[in-house]
Amino acid sequence: MSEVRDDRQYTETHEWILDNGDGTYTMGVTDHAQALLGDMVFVELPGAGDEASQEDEFCVVESVKAASGVYAPADLEVVEANEELDGEPELVNSSCYDDGWLVKFKADGIEGLMSAEDYADTLD
Amino acid sequence: MKHTPLYQAHVDAGGKMVDFGGWEMPLNYGSQIEEHHQVRTDVGMFDVSHMTVVDFKGIEAKAFLQTLIANDVDKLKTEGKALYSCMLNETGGVVDDLIVYYLNEQDYRMVINAGTTEKDIAWINAQADGFDVSVEPKFDLAMIAVQGPNAREKVFAAMSGVEEVAGELKPFNAASLGGLFIARTGYTGEDGFEIMLPEKSAEFTWKMLLEAGVKPCGLGARDTLRLEAGMSLYGSEMNDEVSPLEAALTWTIDLTNEDRNFVGRNALEALRDEGVKKTIVGLILEGKGVIRDHQKVVTSVGDGEVTSGSFSPTMGKAIALARVPMGATGSCEIEMRNKLVSAKIVKPPFVRNGKVLV
Repeated sequence: MSEVRDDRQYTETHEWILDNGDGTYTMGVTDHAQALLGDMVFVELPGAGDEASQEDEFCVVESVKAASGVYAPADLEVVEANEELDGEPELVNSSCYDDGWLVKFKADGIEGLMSAEDYADTLD
Repeated sequence: MKHTPLYQAHVDAGGKMVDFGGWEMPLNYGSQIEEHHQVRTDVGMFDVSHMTVVDFKGIEAKAFLQTLIANDVDKLKTEGKALYSCMLNETGGVVDDLIVYYLNEQDYRMVINAGTTEKDIAWINAQADGFDVSVEPKFDLAMIAVQGPNAREKVFAAMSGVEEVAGELKPFNAASLGGLFIARTGYTGEDGFEIMLPEKSAEFTWKMLLEAGVKPCGLGARDTLRLEAGMSLYGSEMNDEVSPLEAALTWTIDLTNEDRNFVGRNALEALRDEGVKKTIVGLILEGKGVIRDHQKVVTSVGDGEVTSGSFSPTMGKAIALARVPMGATGSCEIEMRNKLVSAKIVKPPFVRNGKVLV
């Protein structure tokens, strides 16, 4: 069974978003997504200050098996990208909800996300 | 979905099972990359029981194989000697690639691909019409490939009696021991054996190998290992419409004996005379990212296409095989997600016996 955490929200495209409570959000891919993709070998991330519109593909995670786009859940500005992933993309596999986060961004709220419970239901 | 006799063993070992041409097979047992390194540095094993063994017996077995395949079985003179070849259709496309083993002039064994088995057997039977040969698919045989620098040592430790019959085997030769058929062949660029055995013995043998420290590896690692080894895969580098002359398989064709009128020979000679326009090369991506199948390759002499693209765990870079216009060398560009990225054209293999060669 894939792990789904209660403290954050989810998208249909298997991203998780954690509200940091200060107008910033942290985002990554879910346990379900990393398991499906398999060994991560490369992560292409935007830089701090980059902007993306809702639904833009603004990151790419590449496993041995496939490349997968990561989509902006809102109109946003990137605050920080996880530089650790440059040398250690496998953190997305081993710690997708903690050390393997992808980006932190600023946004004026986010709408239309799923609760942990609803997301878990989609995985059944 | 079809299962090999080792299906339960894969599930018990945590294998991530996927549909592979109608067979439910392990993609990996946790990490494809760890399994890849396991084979390059120590030893791993693969369940390849979904591949099919076909025996050819009869006084015209040899004459038949000389017409069926593009390589010449007359090269095989000693018991257990193996030959890699393609069998072609009339237009010179590849029906399948295979290995044929010589037992004696009236007894040969062939191993064909899993996904093509039905098509192959229908094709072989149609060609066998008029020859005094029996074509016997052995669906009751399992096959385990044990590969890696320590493969021989571990197989000898796990399976009693094997060292006596297979200890001195040269690469591309096989020996029999009771119901076992042990070939020093493989698909990873490492030393090792492919062991054919009755399906009833498969699980026991798998367990003995596990106990000897041979780790199970899935189809994912098998593919990155074969790609690093520069080996062609049916359906990727070759298919019914591609000539082996355009698949870097010219070395597997033998036109020496002019009396040997094998299927597809006329088409091959016509293409050769008219000039072969494409070939398979290796690619190494200069920057980051992963090359994927079917991406466009732009070279100074024209465009080509990636036939197998992936990430090389041994090199830590993206690599690929690609079909490109003949004469393409130096650098090229690959179209990846609407961007052109630089790559270097190299001669495969990328890795052999644990060493990077490019």
